[in-house]
Amino acid sequence: MSEQGKPSPASTARRQFVLDAAKMACGVGLAAGGLALYAKQAKALPPGALRPPGALAEGDFQGACIRCGMCVRDCPYRILSLARPEHPVATGTPYFVARGLPCEMCEDIPCVKACPTGALDHSLVDITKARMGLAVLIDHESCLNWLGMRCDVCYRVCPLIDKAITLEPQRNPRTGKHTMFIPVVHSDACTGCGKCEKACVLEVSAIKVLPAALAKGEIGAHYRLGWKEKDRAGESLVAPDAEHKFNLPEGYRYEYGGRGLVRDEPELSTLPGAPKGAK
Amino acid sequence: MAAVKRPGAEAQAVKGWLGSHRWLVARRFSQLSILAMFLLGPLAGVWIVKGNLNFSYTLGVLPLADPYVLLQSALTGHAPEGKALVGAAIVLAFYFLVGGRVYCSWVCPVNMVADLAHWLRRRLGITKSVRIARSVRYWLLGATLVLAGATGTIAWELVNPVSMFHRGLIFGIGAAWSVVFAVFLFDLVFADRGWCGHVCPVGAFYSVLALRSPVRVTAARRAHCNDCMDCYAVCPEMQVIKPALKGASRGAGPVILSPNCTNCGRCIDVCSKTVFRFGLRYDDREDAPSPAPAGGVARAAIADRA
Repeated sequence: MSEQGKPSPASTARRQFVLDAAKMACGVGLAAGGLALYAKQAKALPPGALRPPGALAEGDFQGACIRCGMCVRDCPYRILSLARPEHPVATGTPYFVARGLPCEMCEDIPCVKACPTGALDHSLVDITKARMGLAVLIDHESCLNWLGMRCDVCYRVCPLIDKAITLEPQRNPRTGKHTMFIPVVHSDACTGCGKCEKACVLEVSAIKVLPAALAKGEIGAHYRLGWKEKDRAGESLVAPDAEHKFNLPEGYRYEYGGRGLVRDEPELSTLPGAPKGAK
Repeated sequence: MAAVKRPGAEAQAVKGWLGSHRWLVARRFSQLSILAMFLLGPLAGVWIVKGNLNFSYTLGVLPLADPYVLLQSALTGHAPEGKALVGAAIVLAFYFLVGGRVYCSWVCPVNMVADLAHWLRRRLGITKSVRIARSVRYWLLGATLVLAGATGTIAWELVNPVSMFHRGLIFGIGAAWSVVFAVFLFDLVFADRGWCGHVCPVGAFYSVLALRSPVRVTAARRAHCNDCMDCYAVCPEMQVIKPALKGASRGAGPVILSPNCTNCGRCIDVCSKTVFRFGLRYDDREDAPSPAPAGGVARAAIADRA
């Protein structure tokens, strides 16, 4: 280090060097700190923006994507755009908005093939395995099917109809005599292409594609679903199934499947006041 | 006003306009035609080149990737693959051979913005310039690499005016104009040659690549220098000239060895004594110190006058 006594020219120069270096480190450090904070903000992809098929998880994607726009160029439907600085997506990275233009799910997935870095995973060769997001019928209050009508548009446009979206019949409690056909999205099949969100006839779509992390719940790892465990084991794991005994009037029985209390059929016609010939 | 001499005026008198602007014209042609090739696709539907300066694919055969971006990507923990790796290797080899910062002066679109700011500076007589150490860029280069590793994203690409401008011109510029304009204002008002010559870490990366580049400018006829200072006036990295041009007494060779030299060739243009030419870094020979007869009548006449 520095010598004893008066500072030599060499030591003065050394001091100056250290001082300059410190100044530089502070200035650049400040700028880098600001950029780091900005980068942290930019890592959060807004829920409305979807990445192309095969995109790595958002954290990895922003390290792997070199912002070249090859996927944008090779998308035959011109769905993808590169984020501009004013967009709430990391500058230069590709995204699409389902309500604007949804993914057409090309079988040869040209966007993935175009990616030079593997930010869009080249191991994705079956477009039905893509997971761009997950459709969620998020607004039960305005969905026409939930209101008891037969809109079904999201179900009809789904490229994986009856796999990614099914219609589940339910009793309509408002009328008491109709059926509601509830669109239900199945996460094991939905690719998040966004066709349903685009097609929803409402002013604002009741079904929306969200990032899977936002849309999905997760059951505790220690949870065991009794009926599944029972199926797997072939028998009840806790205690042998005992048939439930009811104290019912003669001629009645209880059906678990949904009808509940039922009167045995042969006796129907013998009851007083029963219409003749009724079964 | 007469006292303010336009750099290169003397060279123009000797060599004619074209002779004194040859490399400048070649450079602008290079910059604009590269841009035009990228624009031909989106504007005219003729797809010669796809992509942008970060990665491009030419005629479906030639991948080119920016090794600096790819290095940052690798530092985030993503192993580069396929076309990007091949493209980066080609780019590394090419710029190593021709001088890394050829990227800055012959390709980068921001260079035209910076040159415009510098030109306007001189026309408006703006002489005040904030002193910024030229080493800032290397610190920033280091910082961007550290940031990539620390944040797991290519953080620099969020603000990089170079890729923002080029990408913007091809894919739609949006608010990236403001970033480019900021660079312009920075160069015009704050610091002469501020961005490209002091701050830009992209240029710093290509400087590092140029440390041993064979193609260099050499002051082969430095004995003929008449100290007009025109080369210093036009050089975007003027500190690189002196060691070669005035190093004869210290035994230094005539080749400009500094990796900061962008091989733009402007010094060759503006020298009325034809001191500079392109050469190889190993070629330390000085051209014959006598008036060069090969230079033609006009040049010989000027040499005599000197």
